[in-house]
Amino acid sequence: MKRRDFLKSCILCGAAGALGVSGKAWGAGSFEGYPEGMGVLVDLTRCVGCRTCEAACNKEQKLPEPDVPFTDQSVFEEKRRPTERAYTVVNRFEPKREEGPVYRKVQCNHCNEPACLTSCFVNAYTKTKEGAVVYNPKVCVGCRNCMVACPFNVPGYSYSSAFNPVVKKCIFCYDTRLKFGRPPACVEACPQEVLTFGHRKDLLKIAHERIRETPDRYVDHVYGEKEVGGTSWLYLSGVQFDRVGFDTTLGNEPIISNVKEFLGTVPMVLSIWPALFTGFHLLSNRKQDHSDHGDSHSDQEDPKP
Amino acid sequence: MYAARNRLLWGFIMLALGMAPANSWAKAMPDSISLDALAQLYEKVKFNHAKHIRLVRDCAECHHHTTGTLTADANCVRCHKNSGATAVVACRGCHSAQTFSAEALREKGKNIYHMDKLSLKGAYHQNCMGCHAKAGGPTGCQECHALKKAGEAFYNTGRFAPKHAAMNGKHGGE
Repeated sequence: MKRRDFLKSCILCGAAGALGVSGKAWGAGSFEGYPEGMGVLVDLTRCVGCRTCEAACNKEQKLPEPDVPFTDQSVFEEKRRPTERAYTVVNRFEPKREEGPVYRKVQCNHCNEPACLTSCFVNAYTKTKEGAVVYNPKVCVGCRNCMVACPFNVPGYSYSSAFNPVVKKCIFCYDTRLKFGRPPACVEACPQEVLTFGHRKDLLKIAHERIRETPDRYVDHVYGEKEVGGTSWLYLSGVQFDRVGFDTTLGNEPIISNVKEFLGTVPMVLSIWPALFTGFHLLSNRKQDHSDHGDSHSDQEDPKP
Repeated sequence: MYAARNRLLWGFIMLALGMAPANSWAKAMPDSISLDALAQLYEKVKFNHAKHIRLVRDCAECHHHTTGTLTADANCVRCHKNSGATAVVACRGCHSAQTFSAEALREKGKNIYHMDKLSLKGAYHQNCMGCHAKAGGPTGCQECHALKKAGEAFYNTGRFAPKHAAMNGKHGGE
């Protein structure tokens, strides 16, 4: 039986090895976006807080009527976040009182390796080749895992719906505009051209060129270039990013890296451990049998208890 | 006996010729310009060009170097050190209204030095409001262009303002 057992364990190990080690599994964090991926560069030094982008999004995505007009500036007294009724909001910060307020637009950043997509176990999210991260509300089960996973706290939820609450967020105007090569509604509406639309690769060049041409105006960092694996919506700011509501502790690894290495070893573990521990078990048991039976050649005898 | 008639005729011809250059010169520098790219939401802007010429004096303040004044901006001087006046001086001559369409993006990509050129709307607002903020001109949206009815609907303001302030907006998801 020794040779058969040996051959069996060899085959098992080989199969486990083939299953466990897959090149793709270890490639987390190296995706730089699809080649035609579009993006938007948000220049916070230009924003004046007019909220035209919020109005444009509301009309384009057919969102419900807001509580106050979009010309109302009193909403800036509180920090807001995207919800089911407002896929994008603008917040006001006053990091340096003498230089006036800084306004910051918040919306989905359409990450290259989205955490929401990673966490969704019904595969409701898709990263399209145009760069948008869109979702299928019919597939969504309303578990809100993506809301927990998103490092920017973006997805909103239709708490108002009793029987079919689903996740709601900015979709980069994919269905109505991006698919046809047109910029999203907020970009087209902005009077100060805070939002610049283009290919992500070009926007990075433009952003760094702006910093180079007017270094006194900008902090030398493009937020979203590398954060959590890179995002499609990039930011330039005149003050430190943590003073205007950005999380600067996120790191450059995409969220999926927290689980990818661990989960990638599961097939290998499930194949090798049973074989390995069976081997150990057999080894330890066999020594017992020999010593009990002495030099008897028959192993059909029951071992003595 | 035709001498008097001929002299009168020549006089008229000379007068007409004399007035022609003055006409074309006046057209080149309009006194008042109507800006109506955002016609759906806002009324036209009645831009008083003559007043700005009086106040600003230096054409290059708004028209960069296209009027012949040499630029001092370090980033422009590299190439435009000796650039003369251009044929078209109007803002819309270089700043296009549709700057993010697929064709426009392709065009932009070809000229790497002006890849970051503002759209017409962005150029107006940044150039105008940038100066107004410093020099004390109008900076509010409606100070230059009043909202039309479609504009009021867009912003949910005026006659389209929300009637009920739904529990201060703090109910449930909002």
